Amino acid sequence: MTSVLYDAQGPSAKRRNVLYTAVFLAALAAVLWWVYTKLDDKGQLDWVLWKPFFSSTEAWSTYIWPGLQNTLKAAALSMVIALPLGAVLGIARLSDHVWVRVPASIVVEFFRAIPVLVLMIFGLALFAKYTNVSSDDRPLYAVVTGLVLYNASVLAEIVRAGILALPKGQTEAAMAVGLRKGQVMRLILLPQSVTVMLPALVSQLVVIVKDTALGGAVLTFSELLASANTMIGYYGNTIASFTVVAVIFILINFSLTTFASWLEGRLRRSKKSTGAVVGVEMLEDLETVGHAPPVGPGGKDKA
Amino acid sequence: MFDFLDGYDLLGAFWTTVQLTLLAGVGSLVWGTLLTAMRVGPVPLMRGFATAYVNIVRNIPLTVIILFTSLGLSQTLGINLGAERFESINFRLAVLGLTAYTSAFVCEALRAGINTVPVGQAEAARAIGLSFTQVLRLVVLPQAFRSAVGPLTNVLIALTKNTTVAAAIGVAEAAALMKTMVEKEAQLIPIASIFALGFVILTLPTGLILGWVGKKVAVKR
Repeated sequence: MTSVLYDAQGPSAKRRNVLYTAVFLAALAAVLWWVYTKLDDKGQLDWVLWKPFFSSTEAWSTYIWPGLQNTLKAAALSMVIALPLGAVLGIARLSDHVWVRVPASIVVEFFRAIPVLVLMIFGLALFAKYTNVSSDDRPLYAVVTGLVLYNASVLAEIVRAGILALPKGQTEAAMAVGLRKGQVMRLILLPQSVTVMLPALVSQLVVIVKDTALGGAVLTFSELLASANTMIGYYGNTIASFTVVAVIFILINFSLTTFASWLEGRLRRSKKSTGAVVGVEMLEDLETVGHAPPVGPGGKDKA
Repeated sequence: MFDFLDGYDLLGAFWTTVQLTLLAGVGSLVWGTLLTAMRVGPVPLMRGFATAYVNIVRNIPLTVIILFTSLGLSQTLGINLGAERFESINFRLAVLGLTAYTSAFVCEALRAGINTVPVGQAEAARAIGLSFTQVLRLVVLPQAFRSAVGPLTNVLIALTKNTTVAAAIGVAEAAALMKTMVEKEAQLIPIASIFALGFVILTLPTGLILGWVGKKVAVKR
């Protein structure tokens, strides 16, 4: 599509593009130079501030690694708890019975409409008030509670989209051989939908990893960002620490995103499955309130 | 029954949330559109810049970006965006951070919108001799925006929810007030319900109304 927007370039277009490139490069260089002088001015580029990351392992072993462990722990716990909850909610939303379908829909729509941070703050106060979880553990509990409530409803939509994406022939064939509704879901649809929704699950993991940082900034949960903050207090290297934290997050999330796209491409090309897939692109629809996955078979039915 | 609300500026806090949403929304629409134009344009350097920007910004948590604007930009580098009072500095920094983050998602939504415009449209526009900017401005973007209303609505709703992150740098919006209230008052469930309801009121109609608008303006093909 992109190359369709402009013609193959003739001599004057090429000259113009060179001009644009030069102007853009100059602007970019000006901005970078301004950033550089600003950083240099405040002494943020001094080797002393960057040294902790390169010359010894102390900064990594005291601050970065324990923080990263907590980030990954919270993300993994949330995913593991939210997945079965989401599956139950998603299947409940597909039920033939109104009294199952409607409550499940209300729960899913409600938690998708509320910011995760509000859920986390609620969780923190809830654990402080009604349980005897120690105050050291409370931030982790609160972060996981917030993430589970929100992500279970997003995962419910992913599960629902995954089941709806399967070709109609699957249900029809299962019905024709005499399976009951529960059996169709349990034996035919669910097993297939797991592979269908794998790419979306992996990309949702990116959202979870990013949201754990909220716990560090607002709830005193000692994840990567919070321990970087402690480190800034110790070394006074704000810019350097933020750069390192950002790079770590980018590396984790970029590899997850790449893995998800690779998985999606593989599933689309696969000859063994139905070719149905809940794509990474669909995920933003499923994350927001009031949006439903397209109803009807998304994949091609191979007779 | 609602005694616990006394002395708290509930409406003011939600008004700050709305202001953050609107300002960052307009900002990221403008910057996101520029990024999209660079990303689909014929100049390789601009294309590379826009792609790199989107991939980097999307993968950093918003919390890190917002906290950086306060600790890094304001406190370390002394960039205060022309404000003097502590509250207005942080408000402007939050708008800046939200705009920088959200525009990456606007860019993705618009690019998806451009991909729904049939190839023939751009080809016909080129055939009658329009330049790249004319093709984009007169033919492709108007249609792309119309089919991007749905995805852009998602971005707007996500932005409304993301404004709560501004609480991390002390902007007095809804989540910050909620945190103060649950710490000081005893009625946890009523307070949480009020804030939850507030966000449902902000996000649900946006989704429903813009969803309807999206169907209305979509190009029938």
